[in-house]
Amino acid sequence: MNKKKNLTFKQFLDQEHIAGYIFSLPFTIGFLMFMIVPMGISLYYSFCDYNILTPAVFSGADNYVKMFTDDPTFWQTIGVTFYFALVSVPLRLIFALIVALILLKTTKATGFYRAAYYLPSIIGGSVAVAVLWRRMWATDGVINHLLGAIGIETSFAWLGNTKTAIWMLIILAVWQFGSSMLVFLSSLKQIPASLYEAATVDGANKWQQFWKVTLPLLTPTIFFNLVMQMINGFLAFTQCYIITQGRPMNSTLFYTVYMYQQSFEFYNTGYGAALAWVMLAIISLITLVLFATKKFWVYDGGF
Amino acid sequence: MRAKRTIGKIIYHVLVCGFGLIMIYPLVWMVMSAFKPTNTIFTTAGQLIPETFTVENYINGWKGFAGISFGVFFRNSLFISIVATIGTVLVSSVVAYGLARCKFRGRRILFVAMLLSMMLPAQVLMIPQYLWYQKLGWVGSYKPLIIPYFFAIQGFFVYLMMNFIDGIPRELDEAAKIDGCSYYGIFGRIIFPLITPSLITGCIFSFMWRWDDFLSALLYINESAKYPVSLALKLFSDPGSSSDYGAMFAMASLSILPAVIMFICLQKYLVEGISTSGLKG
Repeated sequence: MNKKKNLTFKQFLDQEHIAGYIFSLPFTIGFLMFMIVPMGISLYYSFCDYNILTPAVFSGADNYVKMFTDDPTFWQTIGVTFYFALVSVPLRLIFALIVALILLKTTKATGFYRAAYYLPSIIGGSVAVAVLWRRMWATDGVINHLLGAIGIETSFAWLGNTKTAIWMLIILAVWQFGSSMLVFLSSLKQIPASLYEAATVDGANKWQQFWKVTLPLLTPTIFFNLVMQMINGFLAFTQCYIITQGRPMNSTLFYTVYMYQQSFEFYNTGYGAALAWVMLAIISLITLVLFATKKFWVYDGGF
Repeated sequence: MRAKRTIGKIIYHVLVCGFGLIMIYPLVWMVMSAFKPTNTIFTTAGQLIPETFTVENYINGWKGFAGISFGVFFRNSLFISIVATIGTVLVSSVVAYGLARCKFRGRRILFVAMLLSMMLPAQVLMIPQYLWYQKLGWVGSYKPLIIPYFFAIQGFFVYLMMNFIDGIPRELDEAAKIDGCSYYGIFGRIIFPLITPSLITGCIFSFMWRWDDFLSALLYINESAKYPVSLALKLFSDPGSSSDYGAMFAMASLSILPAVIMFICLQKYLVEGISTSGLKG
C-alpha cells in the first residue's frame, strides 16, 4: 500500500508539466521576489514624498511634475547621457566593424592581435581601469607626458574642462570595442564565400562587395548590438561615478549617477524612485524607436 | 609583384600591431608604473620601463587602509564571486532545462519574463531593490550580493544554457525516457554532463561580472572589513585618503589579474559566450 502511494507520488512528479514547474520554480520565485516586488514598491514610492529618514506621504504626481518643470539638473543629465550614448555607441560599432574586417584575414599573428584588441573590453568596466583613467588624463598624467614627448608641451586638465571631460568618458567607452568586434567576426565568418564569388563574376570590386554584400548581411548583428549598447550606454554608472563624479559643473553627470545622488546622498528616495521609472520609460522608448526603424535598414532574408 | 605583396604585408602588420599596442598601452603603463618608486611615477610618466624596479608598492598597497590588509578585500571578493557564481550557474542550468525541454502552461510567459530580466538593467532596479532589501533587513550583509543569484535572476545565463540544450538531440531524452529515466534523471545524468562547456562559459562570465561588480557593493556594504576589492580600490584612490599612487596602481594591477588569467587560459569559452549572445557591451 505504502509502496504504491510512494510510486504514485513519484509518477505525479514525473509528469512533464509538473517537472517543468519544478525546474523553473527558482526563476519564478526570483523574478517575483527580486524584480516584480521591488518594482511595485518603488512605483508606489515614486508617488510619495519620501526620504529614508521620515515616513512616506502620498503626494500624487509631484515628483514627476517637479522633475519635468522644476529641475534643471534633470534636463542637464538627460542631455549629457544622450550625448554620451549617441556618440560613443556608433563610434564603438564602427571601430569594431573596421577592426573585424581587418582581422578577418588570418595570419600567424592574428590570435595575438585579436587578444590585444579584445583585452580592454574584458577589464574595461572595472574600478581598476576607471582609477587608472582618472590618473592618465590628469595634468601630470601619461597623456600630457606623451604629448610633451612629441613636442606638444601642455599641462591641460582634460578632466577639468567642461568641453573635454565628457570625451574622456567617451574614449574609455570606445576603447572597449573588443567584444562587439568578436561578434562581428563571427557573423562575418558565416557569410558564404559563394556570395562573394557571384559578386566577383558580376564584376563587383571589393568596395562594392562590402556595401552590397557584407554590410547588408551584417545589419541584423549591427541592429542587435546597437539596441543592447544604446541601453547600456544610457545606463553607464561606474566610470562616471569614479572618474568625474559629474564634474566639472555637471558636464559629465550621467543620469544614473544623478539618480544615485538623489537617493543615497540627498536621501530623496521618492524622487529617486521616480527618476528610475522615467529612465525605464526612456530606455523602452529608445528600444521602440530603434525597432521602428528596423524595417528600413535591417536585412532579414536568409543568405 | 611579389615584392609589392610583401611590402603590403609588412605595412599591414605594422599598422595592426601598432594600433594593438596603443590599445593595451594604458594597461601596460599601469602595470609598469606599479614597479616604479612611487614619487617618480608622474615625473617619468612618459617612460614605460622603470629605471629602478621596486616591489615596495605592492608591499605598501597590500597593507591596505584603516588597518585592514588587501588580503581581506581579496578574500571577500573571492567569497562573494565564487558563491554567487556557483548559485547562478547551477540554478540557471536547472531553469534552462525546464524551459527548453518541458512543456507546461505558462512556459511562454516565463520565457518572456526571462528575456525581460535580461533587458532590465541593474541600474533601474537599484533603488527598488535597495528599499526591498532594507525591509528584509539585508542591508550591510552579503545577502543582497549572493542570495538573488540562487534564483537565476540573470536571464543571460539561462538563455546561454537554453541555447546549448537546444543543440542536444531530443532522441537522447526519449531513449532515456523509454529506459525508465525520469525528467530529473534525464537532467542529472544526460543534460547536465553534456552542457559542461556552457557551464564553464557561464562560470567565467558570472565570476568576472561579480568580481567587477561595484554598484551593489557600494550600496549594501558599509563596513570596511567587508569590502570587496572593487570598493576598496575606489576608496583607496579617493583624493585625500591616499596619494600613494604606486600602491594604488599595484593593487589595481592585482585586481585585474583574475580576469586577465581567465582571459589567457579560457579564451575559447569567452569567445563562445560572446558570440552566442552578443550581449556584453
